[in-house]
Amino acid sequence: MIGIIDYGMGNLHSVCSALKRIEQPYILSGNPEELHETDGLLLPGVGSFKDAMNELEETGLIDFIKKETENGKPLMGICLGMQLLFEESTENGLTKGLGLLPGKVDRFSGVTAEGKSYKVPHMGWNNLHFLQKEQPLLKGLDEGYVYFVHSFVVQTDDRNVLAAAAHYEDVEVPAVVGRDHIMGTQFHPEKSSETGMGMLKNFCHFVEEGKQR
Amino acid sequence: MLTKRIIPCLDVKEGRVVKGIQFLNLVDAGDPVELARFYDRAGADELVFLDISASHEGRDTMVEVVERVAAELAIPFTVGGGINKLEDMKRVLRAGADKVSVNTAAILRPELITEGSDYFGAQCIVVAIDAKHDEELGSWRVYTHGGRKPTQWEVTEWAQEAVKRGAGEILLTSMDKDGEKSGFNLALTKAVSEAVTVPVIASGGAGNADHFYDAFTEGKADAGLAASIFHYKETSIGELKSELQKLGVSVR
Repeated sequence: MIGIIDYGMGNLHSVCSALKRIEQPYILSGNPEELHETDGLLLPGVGSFKDAMNELEETGLIDFIKKETENGKPLMGICLGMQLLFEESTENGLTKGLGLLPGKVDRFSGVTAEGKSYKVPHMGWNNLHFLQKEQPLLKGLDEGYVYFVHSFVVQTDDRNVLAAAAHYEDVEVPAVVGRDHIMGTQFHPEKSSETGMGMLKNFCHFVEEGKQR
Repeated sequence: MLTKRIIPCLDVKEGRVVKGIQFLNLVDAGDPVELARFYDRAGADELVFLDISASHEGRDTMVEVVERVAAELAIPFTVGGGINKLEDMKRVLRAGADKVSVNTAAILRPELITEGSDYFGAQCIVVAIDAKHDEELGSWRVYTHGGRKPTQWEVTEWAQEAVKRGAGEILLTSMDKDGEKSGFNLALTKAVSEAVTVPVIASGGAGNADHFYDAFTEGKADAGLAASIFHYKETSIGELKSELQKLGVSVR
């Protein structure tokens, strides 16, 4: 059973219907007690980093997520949900994140090192380059196109957490990140055709395997 | 590198897909859920649904259609038509749409763009613009009400205003070219693409792969939208993409 964390941010419908399509049982809840009963957590999110952290704080979900992941429960963040896994973001003023992965989140500058301006958000289909083929989300998949929509991007000095990247202008965009049982995708896997759906399936398998360990 | 997007557009009236030629003569082209599934499998990068229902019953039907379509699609989709207030945006996005498109309502009350953008993020808000060449203006004039009413807006000025107010994308339709299949309006597309910092979807006039190529290169568009050439299977998305690839355009 997967628990989709509902904290009032963004469109959860698409994640729910994606899990339905792959016949994965799930619950949608903002209640820590209910979510505790699940085997793995999905943290979606569309909107601003600051609003999201405020919502998580008010609902007591920050402590919950930290405790669950400390105890080894798998967690996958999607889009803003992935950014929240990192230490901090500059969106709408510097805000602390969940701090589960090393790195910070900052806006695309909109200008390359050579001074050429480019469009922000990074919106559309971009090709993934796998850096760690054995990362649980990427297992058995081929590099392919996935759908991005974001104006902020993760920056990390720790290459170990970078599982796949996309290139937008002169920026290496962390697209799939992860360490142990904590992982995430910057793009929307539920909107990224077969490649994205493959990663959701992989997460569900990972959760299933964890149960048997 | 980002690919250029190919976007089939489905005009939906009372729950059925129809397509007008220059906004007239509607012809039934099928069930929206069937077509959505078909285009998803065929390699469409995104879908746009425009609700052209006249009645409230028709609009309620649309919400059901959105729910059914959302259950089938693993690609993003935009819903437009009849979105006049924040509540309408919420309804459609909750039903499973990824973006909403506003046109007439945004001209009548531009604050709507900001309200939607603040609430859902700019990436959710597409401003659709119908433009027609105007001798007096020496440029293109923006029209509302499905192309029936001229406004005071020159197209690039309105596009810039829309972006300033929070539009995440511009869906630009050339009324002069719509339904003609003689190619996109390249001068118009280029003018708007160069005027704004957000992606521009070219619409109106697509007939073949060369037209898309021209829109992406000369027109500087980020995406190309078409309806009838796809609905009537004159061009498959797969063929279109392989031709574009041969021409050196990056596609998925």
